[in-house]
Amino acid sequence: MGRVFGALLWLITLLTVWMFVSKKWWLPPAITEHGPAYDRQFMLSITIVGIAFAGAQIALGYMLWRYGARRDDSTRGIYSHGNNRVEMLCAGITFVIFVVMAVFGQTVWASLHFHDAPPGSAQIHVVAQQFQWNFHYPGADGMFGHTDPAKIKDAELNFVGLDETEPAAKDDQVVPVLVVPINRDVELLMTSKDVTHDLWVPELRFKQDVVPGLNIKVHFKPVKTGRFELACAELCGQLHFKMKSFLIVVPEADYQALLQMPQAQFQARITELNKQPLGLPGQVY
Amino acid sequence: MSEAVPMPETHAPAAHGGAVHHHGPPTSFIRKYIFSIDHKVIGIQYLLLAMFSVFIGMVMSVLMRMNLTWPAKHWPLLAKIFPLGAPDGVMTPEFYLSLVTMHGTMMVFFVLTTAPQGGFGNYFLPIQIGAEDMAFPVLNMLSFWVTFVGLVVLVSAIFVESSAAFSISLNAKSALAKFAAKYLGGGGTGTLGPIGGWTGYPPLSALGQSAGPGQGAGVTLWITSIAIFCVASLLGALNFITTLLNMRTRGMSLMRMPLTCWSWFTTAILALLSFPVLLAGGILLLLDRHAGTSFFIPGNLVVSDKLVTEHAGGSPILWQHLFWFFGHPEVYIAILPGMGATSHILSTFARKPIFGYRAMVFAMFAIGLLGFFVWGHHMFLSGMSPYSGMAFSVLTLTIGVPSAIKTFNWLGTLWGGRIRFTVPMLFAIGFVSLFVAGGITGLVLGQTSLDLSMHDTYFVLGHFHLVMGVAAIFGMFAGVYFWFPKMFGRMMNDKLGYIHFWPTFIGVYAIFIPMHVMGLVGMPRRYSSFTEYTFLNKTHPLVMFVTIAVIVTAFTQIIFFFNFFWSLFKGKPAGDNPWEATTLEWAIPSPPPHDNFAGNVPTVYRGAYEFAVPDAPDDYVMQHTPDITVANVPARMAEEGGESAGNGHNGHH
Amino acid sequence: MATTVTTNTRERVRGTNTSLGGPRAGGNGGRRGPNGSNGGAPHGGAGPQHYRIGMWMAVASIAMLFAALTSAYVMRAGGSGWDDIQLPSLLWVSTGLIIASSVTIEVARRALRRDEPATYKRWLTISLLLGLGFLISQVLAWRQLVAQGIYLASNPHSSFFYLLTGLHGLHLLGGLLGLSFLLWRTSRTLRDASQQAVQKRRALADAAGIYWHFMDGLWVYLFALLFLWR
Ligand code: HEA
Ligand code: HEA
Ligand code: CUA
Ligand SMILES: [Cu+2]
Repeated sequence: MGRVFGALLWLITLLTVWMFVSKKWWLPPAITEHGPAYDRQFMLSITIVGIAFAGAQIALGYMLWRYGARRDDSTRGIYSHGNNRVEMLCAGITFVIFVVMAVFGQTVWASLHFHDAPPGSAQIHVVAQQFQWNFHYPGADGMFGHTDPAKIKDAELNFVGLDETEPAAKDDQVVPVLVVPINRDVELLMTSKDVTHDLWVPELRFKQDVVPGLNIKVHFKPVKTGRFELACAELCGQLHFKMKSFLIVVPEADYQALLQMPQAQFQARITELNKQPLGLPGQVY
Repeated sequence: MSEAVPMPETHAPAAHGGAVHHHGPPTSFIRKYIFSIDHKVIGIQYLLLAMFSVFIGMVMSVLMRMNLTWPAKHWPLLAKIFPLGAPDGVMTPEFYLSLVTMHGTMMVFFVLTTAPQGGFGNYFLPIQIGAEDMAFPVLNMLSFWVTFVGLVVLVSAIFVESSAAFSISLNAKSALAKFAAKYLGGGGTGTLGPIGGWTGYPPLSALGQSAGPGQGAGVTLWITSIAIFCVASLLGALNFITTLLNMRTRGMSLMRMPLTCWSWFTTAILALLSFPVLLAGGILLLLDRHAGTSFFIPGNLVVSDKLVTEHAGGSPILWQHLFWFFGHPEVYIAILPGMGATSHILSTFARKPIFGYRAMVFAMFAIGLLGFFVWGHHMFLSGMSPYSGMAFSVLTLTIGVPSAIKTFNWLGTLWGGRIRFTVPMLFAIGFVSLFVAGGITGLVLGQTSLDLSMHDTYFVLGHFHLVMGVAAIFGMFAGVYFWFPKMFGRMMNDKLGYIHFWPTFIGVYAIFIPMHVMGLVGMPRRYSSFTEYTFLNKTHPLVMFVTIAVIVTAFTQIIFFFNFFWSLFKGKPAGDNPWEATTLEWAIPSPPPHDNFAGNVPTVYRGAYEFAVPDAPDDYVMQHTPDITVANVPARMAEEGGESAGNGHNGHH
Repeated sequence: MATTVTTNTRERVRGTNTSLGGPRAGGNGGRRGPNGSNGGAPHGGAGPQHYRIGMWMAVASIAMLFAALTSAYVMRAGGSGWDDIQLPSLLWVSTGLIIASSVTIEVARRALRRDEPATYKRWLTISLLLGLGFLISQVLAWRQLVAQGIYLASNPHSSFFYLLTGLHGLHLLGGLLGLSFLLWRTSRTLRDASQQAVQKRRALADAAGIYWHFMDGLWVYLFALLFLWR
């Protein structure tokens, strides 16, 4: 039975490794500046843990294959209580590997979170609610209008509580789709009206909880145009699975033009942008 | 060499001047089987409670998979059972989410925190250290019954929430629903309980019914159930620690204890220090829901288009800190007893001493200790400071080191052995395989940078189901097959055991490995349907594949349940020591008498894993065997390095 | 060459006593019978030392509960909406009462050590009354606040005030029940002067003492927290 078990372990290992190596199911192409670094770190880690996984399973299989008790065999196993030197060696090696992984595993994080968005970033406010995303643009003046929760009225389509009388708010736009410029840092200022949500676009290699009561600032830099699905990744209630939106990365000029548009035109333009096919241009999605 | 003097030992209780009164076993049915204070009965009660819960949890998981795989299919039977939750036989999203929540809660609390510790620990800790019962038998009984109340409260959440949804009508049910509607913030939303996930993050879980279906009385009962469970676990932990520290028999020094005892001990310490924190969180959450306080609810919320004016200034992150400060140690509470059982069983059936006993003990404590400082890895993206995220991340990866040591030692134990492939051994080996498979992906998730994308995807699901959902469960299976003969005096059927093992082992890999790659594609957790997103389309064949594997695996479990109950009555008689094992539980009859040792508590002379001792009469020497003549032991031990000296072999100095 | 694998006597004795406090701590070391049970508790050998260890464990878990609440307090105090309440002056009375009760219970415990059961009972009773006084004073303090219109949900400081004092009071109430039980038990078993009974009595008194001092210390800590951390 030991041989069967050993062989089974090897087979499972093989299939598992295949499942990853075949890349039939893999991360979608990255579209942000930190994307390639993310993918490199991911490849590095998955390779290390993959080797550890395969190594451990193969070794386990070998033990089963090799050391099964034979029938009517009265010999005994090795009377050993262990070996401190081997133990220390293994612990030392894993420790080094893990610490190296841990250190490298902070670089992308640090590049995104350890400093504020550079000046000149495109700022967009994100207001999440059950079960809808609201993206609030400053409009032509580049100034966000003041928002007041008491003024929020979904029925009147005032989703974020803008005060229409305030000058800065006059040209502000609130739409359910996130349009951002390419090759410029995008800074999102995120908050939630009700419960915790999470903004998630697989292509961004990026995800962030949107927490009521907090204004969370994050930034990233898209480097490819296209249209991508945006999902909610924190359980927020009944229709969590449907809290869907789109991220559309457009050329800088288009973005500038968009910001200058008056409300009706802005909405129409967004609708139009949202008609393009999913994915990178030309990508079979 | 001859300075070691054989010490014959008198065992008669009378030797102590009759100072100890042994109460006879209770005779009434209720005292004997229901409100028993015998740790063995309580252990079995815990085990049965866990088996009930795991069955419910498993059925729930099958329903979940059915919904995910065939989102639009009509199941007439479902429509009959859950007219509100699955009208026309198609499950509603809130019904699905309530399944997820109840599945997670049942499995984590009422399966993995009960059977491995409360079940096997209760039954075997006293016996393995040579005690006649736990330190506080009455407390022990209380902790089981409090757990039971917790389970009843959790199950009642199903009924208040389902209300008319659950057509198997009970008379009490409508009364319960009325009570709930009146005092617990409403009920009857057509779900099977709350829909906040097993982590119950506020404000969703704190806002009540304005936040949508499944946020009414069910949540209140869910929190209450968990608070009750906390209290029960605390009582149990206190008892375990005291018993282990103070009730070891003569010669049972700490370093001679079976590793199972060490694992129960470490687990008890973790439970003692982590459950109070969850209890604190639970109390605060209940107050937020029902007393109008604002611990977790921030101000100026607009829920369902209405401004919430009763709350201000609370912090949702606070709950996450409290929950995960408990939650991470909890996952080790779930796995450590499994590790203990695995070590015990591997050594027994490899017919070899455990490799690196001391290192195993040390690693267990290191895991336990580090486990208190890594909770933040569940919260990298919660809005917490990115610098603390980094600190948590580095600590998280170091926790892999003691886990790696354990893995090496398991392999070392098998190396050079004479492995007997009994059913418990297969499950123990399965544990090692699955633990490695699940553990290593923790190292991917533990890196802040990578969690950026992997958080809350099916990659996480794959990770924790492999370690917790199956490795820990395999530890339990191994324990059941291994100790069943001792507990019930009969062997479980071997053939059925093998038929159970193979499909289960293959099945769980087939279920949970594909979940990782679904996560890579980006599949988010807690989605009741994957049809909304185009990018998930290419995972559909995998989803189907997984579900088929789930159905096969789940049906295979019937063999286990059948084997269990059939063997109770029809199994081969086991004898005292069917596995030729070394520890004290095998020194007494199966099943053990009321006070375990019939007044003859043995003295212990050596470490727990003396297999393959050269020139001993058998290939194993039991812990209580007084003295045997062994040739060349000192010479051998000198070769083996310092390790053996720590194992309690004092043949030479 | 043959060797005997066994233990020498020294090792064996050591093996029995690796528990907290070393061989003689608590007067239980070495008293274990050969059947592994120690002392004369009826079931399965629950001996006197258990009560002390068990009590320390209970104290540890209660400490964790309040540590968690403290961290919640500190974190919440950094949030908005915090509005300091004027703590009722009665709390000083409470504090005096509970400190006094801590002293008296120590006197009681020591009296038992000296084998003066009558003194023990007297001081135990006094401690019980002082504890009761503390609880009453706490309830009155609550009423002072309520009279000012400050309720549980008024603001985070008041929420924490009611919560912390309430939980502490609940634990103290448990302690009071424990003391009453002890008093009742002592009256019943005082005549039993066997070594075992004496040991057990002392262990129980010690355990009660541990709990009571802890409750005292906990209150002083909470009082300081509520007063000073704003
Ligand atoms: C029994 C349960 C259990 C165990 C043991 C673990 C073990 C570990 N877990 Fe897991 N975890 C969970 C249960 C468990 N986890 C659960 C339930 C969740 C989800 C909760 C929820 O959100 O619902 C979770 C989530 C979770 C996350 C959060 C993911 C997210 O939500 O974004 C992280 C991140 O760091 C993590 C990390 C780890 C690590 C590093 C370990 C380590 O302890 C693993 C150590 C083991 C090994 C490393 C393998 C053996 C070692 C070798 C073979 C050596 C050779 C290896 C190399 C050289 C690489 N876990
Ligand atoms: C112990 C923990 C445990 C176990 C065993 C399982 C078992 C299974 N789980 Fe579970 N699961 C969780 C813990 C567990 N799960 C948790 C914590 C969550 C998260 C909840 C949340 O998000 O809030 C989750 C969520 C979860 C989801 C995600 C839902 C979502 O996010 O949308 C899915 C989806 O498929 C799933 C599937 C399964 C399946 C198919 C099984 C199995 O059915 C596989 C087959 C079953 C077995 C192999 C076990 C059989 C065991 C016995 C018969 C024991 C016998 C008894 C004794 C030995 C005493 N689980
Ligand atoms: Cu919003 Cu999930
Ligand atoms: Cu964790």
